Amino acid sequence: MWTLFQIELFKIFRRPRTYIAFAAITALIGMVQLGLKVDGQEYASFVMADFNSSFALEGNLLNGYFVCFIVLQLLLVHVPLLIALIAADMISGEANTGTLRLLMSKPVSRVEFILAKYLASVVYTIMLLVWVALQALFLSMLIFGTDDMFIMKSSYAVLIKSGDVFWRYAGAFCFAALAMTTVAALGFLLSLFAENSIGPIVATMSVIIVSTLLSTMNIPLFNLVKPYLFTTHMITWKEFFDLRVNELNEAIPGSLAYPEKIKTSALILLIHIVVFVGAAAVIFKRKDIVS
Amino acid sequence: MQSLIQVSSLTKKYGSFTAVNELSFSVQKGDVYGFLGQNGAGKSTTIRMLMTLIEPTAGDIRIFDLPLSTHRKEILRQTGAVIEKPEVYPYLSAYDNLRLFARLSGVKLSRAQYMQQLEQVGLASRAHDKVKTFSQGMKQRLGIGIALVHNPQLIVLDEPTNGLDPQGIADIRNLLLWLSREQKKTILISSHLLSEIEQVATRVLIIDKGKKLVEGSAEELFDPSKTIVELQTNDTAAARERLIASNWAAHLRESTGNNIKLQMNRNDIPALNRDLVQWQIDVLSLQQQHSLEDYFLQVTAGKKHVDTFSN
Repeated sequence: MWTLFQIELFKIFRRPRTYIAFAAITALIGMVQLGLKVDGQEYASFVMADFNSSFALEGNLLNGYFVCFIVLQLLLVHVPLLIALIAADMISGEANTGTLRLLMSKPVSRVEFILAKYLASVVYTIMLLVWVALQALFLSMLIFGTDDMFIMKSSYAVLIKSGDVFWRYAGAFCFAALAMTTVAALGFLLSLFAENSIGPIVATMSVIIVSTLLSTMNIPLFNLVKPYLFTTHMITWKEFFDLRVNELNEAIPGSLAYPEKIKTSALILLIHIVVFVGAAAVIFKRKDIVS
Repeated sequence: MQSLIQVSSLTKKYGSFTAVNELSFSVQKGDVYGFLGQNGAGKSTTIRMLMTLIEPTAGDIRIFDLPLSTHRKEILRQTGAVIEKPEVYPYLSAYDNLRLFARLSGVKLSRAQYMQQLEQVGLASRAHDKVKTFSQGMKQRLGIGIALVHNPQLIVLDEPTNGLDPQGIADIRNLLLWLSREQKKTILISSHLLSEIEQVATRVLIIDKGKKLVEGSAEELFDPSKTIVELQTNDTAAARERLIASNWAAHLRESTGNNIKLQMNRNDIPALNRDLVQWQIDVLSLQQQHSLEDYFLQVTAGKKHVDTFSN
């Protein structure tokens, strides 16, 4: 299993396609950072327009923490599509090139092979998120500096003290990693059903888009399925940036407003991963390799 | 002699289509076992079942005297295979591909040993070039190198000379003969080309539509006294007349259009040519038939031949 895992990682990181996602992320984040650096104050004034009439806000609002939050909001919709590029190609790509029959004629267990491949795609996903973190958080901190973080929710605003932010990003990135590995698991499962990469990649993207639409549309019929869709829970990372308030309506530093929501979402995503990967292992164990 | 592969009543069905039908055969230790059949005869399906890529619908496979269904890993550890086109990772070098598949086979060799393996298949000078720059023949040789890298007892090759030029085919043939004679490997080789198998095989199985047609020793199958010779002359009618009136009459098998077919010892071909020249008939073409299609016609139409072909 360990050898298989090492080999899969070796293959992923020796393949040029792998670096497309890293390049795309670099370009996307760089564009957002450049835009905010040039016209950021104007953007911040526009966003804060409603608050400026009621509150006097001082300090560096457009700091690295705030920029990272904006980047994540924009980017975490697109990262699943980049992950699908690799995960949905894991088996179908091997079938397409014909290497699957050579691999499976070697003395390796099919279940171990599936698990090693999935774990390798998890490592790839995590590395992609680390890359996002390095650019979106650390580079933004360098470019824009640090200060208290001011973000707006649908009906209220949250002010998080500068010293209380970093661990929240750590939590948010860990949660995002869980969400993205769920996407990887879906792409991985779908990659079993085709002998070319395009079909599973498009299918994974389609499932994500349709599920996201169902998760965001407020229609009673769809509300029944919403709690069970993984896309509903993928955005729960934002809960790390909401604080509990005391009886005086003052924010409690180091607190989370809805920790149960984070736990429930994490559990539902984990269940999705187990179901997707488990199904992939069962199907692949019995699959005839005719490519 | 010890049976290395024992296949009994092997069947594979896809819905109502039967790709392999109650196929039974055995490969002895040290055999170069030629597995012949036209395209679509069921050769690749059978080989895929031997390599556990496809689950049989029915039947039993034993390799190294172990049931394949329960001892897959032990068996594959001692088996090397090239199944159809040997596709490898184009973005990796020949060396990296070889090392990767060696590790999957459970062996870790030194750099010198990997290079020696590449030398054996004539790729040492291109060891560090990416496979995407290789010709089909080079990929084929790399595939064979991968099949041999863990020094397996049993080598399974499915159409190993596909896409190779004549020199490449000769190189593979020499490699197979060396593996069989010097290294004492057991080889199962499939092909749709009778000429290819004829030169290396010690035993042969011919299948058609998933069913066994003939199994036996190559010596008997390729008996020179049963060669089919196709004759074309400038005057087919005169040639036919002369042949019927001569000692060649017993060898005549078929006469269609401008072709006359005889079944005879191939050593007698010069004598036939001499007679035709003596009868003042110009010989346009006189050739042995080697295509499997023709051989099938011979086997299926000439039941007598099949009956006399012993296992």
